[in-house]
Amino acid sequence: MKKVFKKVVSLGLLGTLTVASLAGCGTKNTGSTGSDGSDASGTGDGTFLIGGLGPLTGQAASYGISVKQGAEVAIQEINDAGGVKVGDQTLKLKLEFEDDEADADTVTAAYNTLMDKGIQALLGTVTSGAGLALADQTYADGILQITPSGSAKELTKNPNAFRLCFTDPLQGETMADYVINTLGLKKVAIVYNNADDYSTGVADAFESKIKELGGEVVAKEAFVTDAVDFNTQLTTIKGTDAQIIFAPVYYQDAAYITTQASELGMTLPFVGSDGWDGVLDKVVDKKVLEGAVFLSPFFAADPDTAVQAFVTKYKEKYNTSPDQFAADGYDTVYVIKAALEKAGKTDSADLIEAMTHIEVKGLTGTVTFDTNGEPNKGAKFIEIKNGEYTAKTVQ
Amino acid sequence: MGKGIFTVKNLIKLAAVIAVYLIIMTVMEGNFATRHFKSLLVPIGINIILAVSLNITTGFLGELSLGHAGFMAIGAYSGALFTIFAENHTGIPNSLAFLIGIIIGGIVAALFGVVIGIPVLRLKGDYLAIVTLAFGEIVRSIVNFLSVTGGARGLSGIPRYTNYKWTYAFVIITIVLLANFVKSRYGRVISSIRDNSIAAESIGIKVSNYKIMAFVIAAFFAGVAGVLFGHNLSILKPGNFDYNKSIEILVIVVLGGMGSIPGSVISAIILTLLPEFLRGASNYRMLLYSLALILIMLFNSSEIRQRLEDSGKFPKLPKLPKLKARAR
Repeated sequence: MKKVFKKVVSLGLLGTLTVASLAGCGTKNTGSTGSDGSDASGTGDGTFLIGGLGPLTGQAASYGISVKQGAEVAIQEINDAGGVKVGDQTLKLKLEFEDDEADADTVTAAYNTLMDKGIQALLGTVTSGAGLALADQTYADGILQITPSGSAKELTKNPNAFRLCFTDPLQGETMADYVINTLGLKKVAIVYNNADDYSTGVADAFESKIKELGGEVVAKEAFVTDAVDFNTQLTTIKGTDAQIIFAPVYYQDAAYITTQASELGMTLPFVGSDGWDGVLDKVVDKKVLEGAVFLSPFFAADPDTAVQAFVTKYKEKYNTSPDQFAADGYDTVYVIKAALEKAGKTDSADLIEAMTHIEVKGLTGTVTFDTNGEPNKGAKFIEIKNGEYTAKTVQ
Repeated sequence: MGKGIFTVKNLIKLAAVIAVYLIIMTVMEGNFATRHFKSLLVPIGINIILAVSLNITTGFLGELSLGHAGFMAIGAYSGALFTIFAENHTGIPNSLAFLIGIIIGGIVAALFGVVIGIPVLRLKGDYLAIVTLAFGEIVRSIVNFLSVTGGARGLSGIPRYTNYKWTYAFVIITIVLLANFVKSRYGRVISSIRDNSIAAESIGIKVSNYKIMAFVIAAFFAGVAGVLFGHNLSILKPGNFDYNKSIEILVIVVLGGMGSIPGSVISAIILTLLPEFLRGASNYRMLLYSLALILIMLFNSSEIRQRLEDSGKFPKLPKLPKLKARAR
């Protein structure tokens, strides 16, 4: 008896699989035509479908949600204004966003779901780890891919991939340049998370640029994710003749580091990376952050009218202030729009060709793209003054 | 001489294996399935290998192992390092390099199985569970700091060799080898240790040797699954192999029924597909997934299932003593 039922179960399972694949078949026929890019995609109903990939669940969920919401604000804005004029037709934009859990394993399935839906350009991935697993697949499909916030260098190695944000190394180099040339300091200490690719990437580039510019790294102290006690690292730094501390870390770590440094009686100034955005809400005493300078692509208190319009719309819609990821998502949609207008067509090959010829004035600065897929745009320095973020003009 | 391996029963099984392969091939090569569905076949296969191999330690040996992802990581990194090396510095054809990579991954993982097994398997029950948990974390931390593995930034540029054919072949090899292993003399010894280790010892079984054997075999196949995993993603990060991954595999094993290989296979298929088929639920996806897990677990230990089993409407699981702390 037992064996018979085993067979019944396995047959049933086989049946389910077959049904599942056939059920998929129905949706595929409508969806895949666009994804092949071989025909006049998206002309039927006058929409251009953008696929989004980012974490909506899990530890990195806040990044993915911000990008998605920022992109939605941009799409609503564009559609309300009539859509995008592509050649002799006007298209509405539509966003399909799938959860990749910031996981290299899940992202393939999520991406293929989007391809089944027939996306014509990919806004993603939000995180580097997931994106690296996907790079060769999007290249094989020849689809235009723009990552709003993935900063790993290899993400744009293929000609179909572009990036809106700074790379990790570029941030490190910019900050090194600021420390040596603008502040005129020579001896620096670094605190970084060596279990995190973002932190290590920025720290390494910073260190080599400092050396190149004639400075000296007197201490390079590491910690690992979820550390809460930085006294060992800070005491070591206190024993050196460092003039400034560079901490390329996320805001929670930055809050601990600055607070504990102040408790140790250290008065050295801090410089940070864009992970510092949001640090003011994490410290008990805002004085510990006084004078700290960090890079950020976006600054919500920027008096610029475009930024303020975005902040207002975003707050209306989601009841919270936008962060840099939301701005990245917003700008990426406008980059896709500009590429569509420039190309006058919706084929991925034409869009990729158009990418290097566009200039977009976005919330994160005016940006152009080079043939390597990297953005050219200015950095925004932010200084914490009197417990507030203020824009800092450098040079 | 026994009946040999060419019995009618085995030939039917072989035919079934080939038939399933033909079905999968038609689905993959033809235009019958969505890309989404096609991309899930390899993860399903990898999860099957992981679950079936963990079942050896958890189901048949009866020891809770929380370090399976550690063995998987060791296999994944060593296999990937080899294929990257082979691709750049030698003229070995790709598929041969991949095959060697898979075997290397399995063997290195198995070696670590011995290294960790010898001191650790003197422990039992929850003590052993915690040590294996620590082992998994140690592997992850070491991989994080080594420069040859790319550290926290991950090992990228791994050639994307894994496809459904390789995966299917190794799923079948794993299932056949392990199903025969548990039926063999050694397999029965291992089950006897689970059922009563004192009784097993009293009839002259060297308990720790057999425990190590089970551990090493499980580690080998975890390593193989790791290599397939790495060559499917083309990037490996230490974060892929944290204890959550071990728990994930354990969930598959427990859900499928400890000590049941078909159970592990079915459960690996269901648990890989479930979160993906719930994509339509967008924000509620992971919530529904967890809920489904709870419901399935409740069903598994409920009276309804018991009655279904008794009336013969449901496949029976081998009756096992529950995993419990037997360390005292």
